[in-house]
Amino acid sequence: MTLTPEKSLVVRCLQKILPAECVLHETEDLRPYECDGLSAYQRVPMVVVLPETAEQIKQILSFCTTRKIPVVARGAGTGLSGGALPLDDGILLSLAKFDRILKVNLDNLTAVVQPGVRNLAISEAVSAHGLYYAPDPSSQIACSIGGNVAENAGGVHCLKYGLTVHNIIKLEVLTMQGDSLTIGGDAFDSPGYDLLALMTGSEGLLGIITEITVRLLPKPETAKVILAAFDDVATAGQAVSNIIAGGILPAGLELMDHAAIGAADDFVNAGYPRDAAAILLCEIDGGTAEVTDQLSRAHRVLERSGATQIQVAEDEQQRNKFWAGRKAAFPAVGRLAPDYYCMDGTIPRHQIAGVLTRISELSDEYGLPIVNVFHAGDGNLHPLILYDANIEGELEKTEELGGKILEVCVEVGGTITGEHGVGIEKINQMCVQFNAQELTQFHAIKRAFDPDELLNPGKAIPTLHRCAEFGAMHVHHGQLPHPELERF
Amino acid sequence: MPNDQDKTELLCEQVLHACNNNKPLAIRAGNSKRFYGREVEGDALLVDGHLGILSYEASELVITARAGTRLSEIEAVLERNGQQLAFEPPMHSERSTLGGAIASGLSGPARAFNGAARDFVLGAKIINGKAELMQFGGQVMKNVAGYDVSRLMVGAQGTLGVLLEISLKVLPKPEAEMTLTYEADAITAHRWLRDWLHRGLPITASCHYQRRLSLRLGSTENSLRAAHKTMGGEIADSAMWPQLRDQTHTFFAQPNLWRLSLPPSAALENDEDSLIEWGGALRWKASNNNLFEKARRLNGHATRYQSNAAAAGTNPAQDIFQPLQPTVLAIHQRLKKAFDPLNILNPGRMYKEL
Repeated sequence: MTLTPEKSLVVRCLQKILPAECVLHETEDLRPYECDGLSAYQRVPMVVVLPETAEQIKQILSFCTTRKIPVVARGAGTGLSGGALPLDDGILLSLAKFDRILKVNLDNLTAVVQPGVRNLAISEAVSAHGLYYAPDPSSQIACSIGGNVAENAGGVHCLKYGLTVHNIIKLEVLTMQGDSLTIGGDAFDSPGYDLLALMTGSEGLLGIITEITVRLLPKPETAKVILAAFDDVATAGQAVSNIIAGGILPAGLELMDHAAIGAADDFVNAGYPRDAAAILLCEIDGGTAEVTDQLSRAHRVLERSGATQIQVAEDEQQRNKFWAGRKAAFPAVGRLAPDYYCMDGTIPRHQIAGVLTRISELSDEYGLPIVNVFHAGDGNLHPLILYDANIEGELEKTEELGGKILEVCVEVGGTITGEHGVGIEKINQMCVQFNAQELTQFHAIKRAFDPDELLNPGKAIPTLHRCAEFGAMHVHHGQLPHPELERF
Repeated sequence: MPNDQDKTELLCEQVLHACNNNKPLAIRAGNSKRFYGREVEGDALLVDGHLGILSYEASELVITARAGTRLSEIEAVLERNGQQLAFEPPMHSERSTLGGAIASGLSGPARAFNGAARDFVLGAKIINGKAELMQFGGQVMKNVAGYDVSRLMVGAQGTLGVLLEISLKVLPKPEAEMTLTYEADAITAHRWLRDWLHRGLPITASCHYQRRLSLRLGSTENSLRAAHKTMGGEIADSAMWPQLRDQTHTFFAQPNLWRLSLPPSAALENDEDSLIEWGGALRWKASNNNLFEKARRLNGHATRYQSNAAAAGTNPAQDIFQPLQPTVLAIHQRLKKAFDPLNILNPGRMYKEL
């Protein structure tokens, strides 16, 4: 392709900072970066850079600041909300070459890793020492730890072991203006504001993370899983609340509805009761004596909660089989329709039954089937909307239905995203969740780190103007509430 | 005394008044942590009348309360349902409030094992320095919509916003607890402790002081019996843990106390005068010297900590907290400006530059 004068200048300057093979600018080289895990949105970046050192990143950022070129950071590109969607006039900064585990500290139970290290690679590297890294998003084979920090990734074990924010202690960060910041520390707390919490889940809008210190946990001595079947989803939802109220803190508590059970069982032969309306998978881990006590308690609660069938996995093989079904649920559902769209709202647990009913009504209304398989212990829903992108208008209909589901989540006191992030996907729903003052406060935070707003612009936090267009805010005679506020 | 009172409107008006007159505010609730920070010159903004538990359902593991609600009230309500604030916020007095616990961000003996105050915050309603009422986070376990402003408030000592309501994750209390003690010097004691932690034993607090290691375990009865068999040690009284949490233990009565927060494995000295918690990561020491540099060399940080001075008055006007890296301080100043452009909320409470 022909280079515009601007692009050719940018490429030449970047080639002075990086080896030639680390600056991609030909269309066929840029193509693989046009989207992340949310493939409905695609855009080819102007240039992709693959730096190898923090010093190179610093120089890239300084260059971009001088020329006012926006920068989008990308880890493994598995994100589900389009957070790493490139800008056509911007640079895509891939951290793929930052893939080394720098240090494992067995005394402090920490590991220092580069942002491009895969989530699962951390656990694999420390497994021989009887340790692991707890957050386990379903993409853990592929997703990078830097992306996990950017999204505050969760997984199956959050209720007991927390999200990414609970499992990292220190970050090395470069700001857009090239300042190095050490955020957090090697101790259990650090002086000043909790910038570690602010950076976690900031979706690449505040700084570029170049190094991460994660906490490692000793692997539990024992883990047992119970499979409980129910003849309606609402009863299963209530059982979730009963387990928590019963003083049990499961390591994982997952719910699958009838359609998900069938799909998963077809796919991996998990041994699920196929006639059940819903199943719960409840995992208890810890010391052997504690697990035995908690397991019998959970068993009693499930019985009293109306489970029609309760099965404790007899051995490790059966336990793995039960989990294999859950872990394969998304690809399994993928076989039911040409496409599916995965949502990510979180609601208070006692609303599970009611919200599942609303979802099924919406499904009928839109004529699109929805399968439910989710982190019930956290109230984190993942409704999967089945559709066919080749049918004219069906993606738009699906997105509208998805938006409606998220609005239901907000209505019952929940949130539009539990663990996938806002990115570009849920940016309109942010206008439902937050008012103009709150959004303005978010923008002010952004500018404290990135005054020129060059890092991942247009993601995560909508402009008030966009919200007005979306119609989520009350607009009276063409005026926004708080006309005194700046619009961006 | 009423236990449900909404002062939101009044507090907003007071902040607005301060904005309009450019007069700083000194935010105060139970005033039990007056010592923990620099003295603020300003009109008092009293939050202790803004109180009440707004929602609590045991099956949700979430409690939401107004900032002026006393910690003792919250603990009592949770206790009735077999639940707890797992980070064990220190109650420096009966008047200690939820708002103070979150604004200070302090956590008790369980911190190294259960997590800190910031780990349990799910949402917050605040007034920023422009007298704007705002809500961040929520009452659900997972929420990544927008920046994590509610966690940012933890430990910010009111310099970014006046806390009005806070939602916290709560946890079930362990079915049973046990305290074990051992005679050992600090180095040996912490070597044992690391080994036990590595093996996943259900330890929920540790303290080493004057050649004695004390450990608290929490789990089911059977599990505690099994753990005791593995770990040995004498079963002891549990009275010391609340004393450590609330710092009523006689150790905390000495002057010139420093709090050193360090990596757990930072080199230990076998001195008889330090009190060590959090599996080695929290070390208390009386010293006439400035320990900021020493803490920095050990990859941690230090705080001048005069909880005893609470009764007497305030900390002298000197640096209380470890100085920040210049680039990090600059970000702090810009964040302060983003929330409180007129610099009216607890100015100088943490650092003179904030």
